[in-house]
Amino acid sequence: MILQPVLALLILRYYRKCFKKEDIPRNWKNIYWGSTAFAILLFLLFMMIRESRTIVSWLGHIFLLALIYKGYNSPKLKNARSALNAFLPVTLIYFIIDIITAIDKSFYKTWENYFDVAGIFAFIWMIAMLIISNKQMKAIEKERLKTEEAERVNKITQELKAGLEIQVSERTAELTAQKEALEQTLSELKATQAQLIQSEKMASLGELTAGIAHEIQNPLNFVNNFSEINTELISEMKAALDAGNINEAITLAMDIDDNEKKIIYHGKRADAIVKGMLQHSRSSSGVKEPTNINALCDEYLRLAYHGLRAKDKNFNATMKTDFDNSIGNIKIIPQDIGRVVLNLLTNAFYAVDEKKKNTKGSYEPTVSISTKRIPIPGKINEAKVEITVTDNGNGIPNEIKNKIFQPFFTTKPTGQGTGLGLSMSYDIITKGHGGQLKVESKEGEGSQFIIILKI
Amino acid sequence: MKILVVDDEHDVKTLFEQRFRKEIKSGEIDFVFAYSGEEALSYLAIHKHEAVLILSDINMPGMSGLELLRQIKQKYHEPPPVVMMITAYGDAENYKTAKELGADDFLTKPVDFIALKEKLKITN
Repeated sequence: MILQPVLALLILRYYRKCFKKEDIPRNWKNIYWGSTAFAILLFLLFMMIRESRTIVSWLGHIFLLALIYKGYNSPKLKNARSALNAFLPVTLIYFIIDIITAIDKSFYKTWENYFDVAGIFAFIWMIAMLIISNKQMKAIEKERLKTEEAERVNKITQELKAGLEIQVSERTAELTAQKEALEQTLSELKATQAQLIQSEKMASLGELTAGIAHEIQNPLNFVNNFSEINTELISEMKAALDAGNINEAITLAMDIDDNEKKIIYHGKRADAIVKGMLQHSRSSSGVKEPTNINALCDEYLRLAYHGLRAKDKNFNATMKTDFDNSIGNIKIIPQDIGRVVLNLLTNAFYAVDEKKKNTKGSYEPTVSISTKRIPIPGKINEAKVEITVTDNGNGIPNEIKNKIFQPFFTTKPTGQGTGLGLSMSYDIITKGHGGQLKVESKEGEGSQFIIILKI
Repeated sequence: MKILVVDDEHDVKTLFEQRFRKEIKSGEIDFVFAYSGEEALSYLAIHKHEAVLILSDINMPGMSGLELLRQIKQKYHEPPPVVMMITAYGDAENYKTAKELGADDFLTKPVDFIALKEKLKITN
């Protein structure tokens, strides 16, 4: 029969549809094209040969059944199963008819009508099933396209996501680099600041050294002189004792005693100066200790004065002190307060010296330092101490008055001032001691810096 | 001989009195002390021509020794007192200025009292 190759071609068409165009596996392609070619060959044989058609017909049956078996058996051809359901009855009916015909032709003839009806039903079944199957196939196809589209969208989303992730990680890397750079800059700035503070300390120590040398030289001269005198006096006393002149010996002994006291006094004076210098150069201990503020002010006044004297031989100024002896010892960080006092005094001396250089008439440069205890009303155990440094220099112009405590602000020529003195002083008084540093100034008349500390 | 010693250090008085105790005792030298340039000038204004020799420190707060020297040399001509300058800084500039202003001698601290005594004998 011609039916089998035609059915085989139709089935192959359905199988073909089970794969997307692009990705048919190689072995399936071979099977498909091989089967198609075989079906066409059978069809042509059938058309050309009139005799011995039976062999061709049997070949057709076997081929078709094998094809259908393959379809049911292979999971990849799942989508073609409903189509196979359509073809199966037709195939089986004609196969059975041929078998029966081959076994007993008379039996077939007897029941021919029934067989024909069965054949027709099988055809109707096939057509109906194919229509249903086509619809199903279309629905499946539609679903497949939808899935494909979803997959495509998903793929694009994935790509975008990957792109974004790359961008994000790039930005993160950039930000991390920036952060690290900033941290580096910050630590460099901190190091620079520490260096600047150190250089400010060293600069003020430099201002001190000459003063210190002078201040130590004087007491040492006294120590040497009085020691020499005492040596002389002792030999004189021995002589007086040998001569039995007791009264003179006693007088000499008293002189020796007086001189000895002076030696001790000046020795201690030199000692205090050296200690003060060491304290100044040492980094602050940060520990508050009971300190005689009057002695500290007096010491730094002398150091500052002689320091400037040593640098500039023409420098001269009147120094005035007014110390309140009722203050006693107050708890401060002596190195730090010393630094502040020195800074204020150095500034004051600088101011009067500047004015002196620019004044032709009579002008007496004067720098004074005073301390005062101020009771707080209603509080017995608490009080304030005011340390005031006054000069009669040129004063501070109003427009720069609010800048003088800013770091690096200086009115001195480049290279002469670090611009850190007052800002460091301000920090020491306000942050380090919880006090206040105030300035009062009148242009042309002078300035007054007031340190207020709570005790 | 009356000597005016000008120095802002108060113990200079004791020092001189001790160093020159024999001379003071014998009445050879009489010391007067002033603790600033201003004080020295007011002493000189009252006790004219009393001091034969003035020993002055250069570094003093207020009026400096050099300023004192200038004023003394301006005001007191006949007979001019001998003025010796003393300084802790033995520098050329101070020395030059002192000489220009008419200082008769220039000493550096620490004062060599033996040398000073020799000089006083010559001055005498």
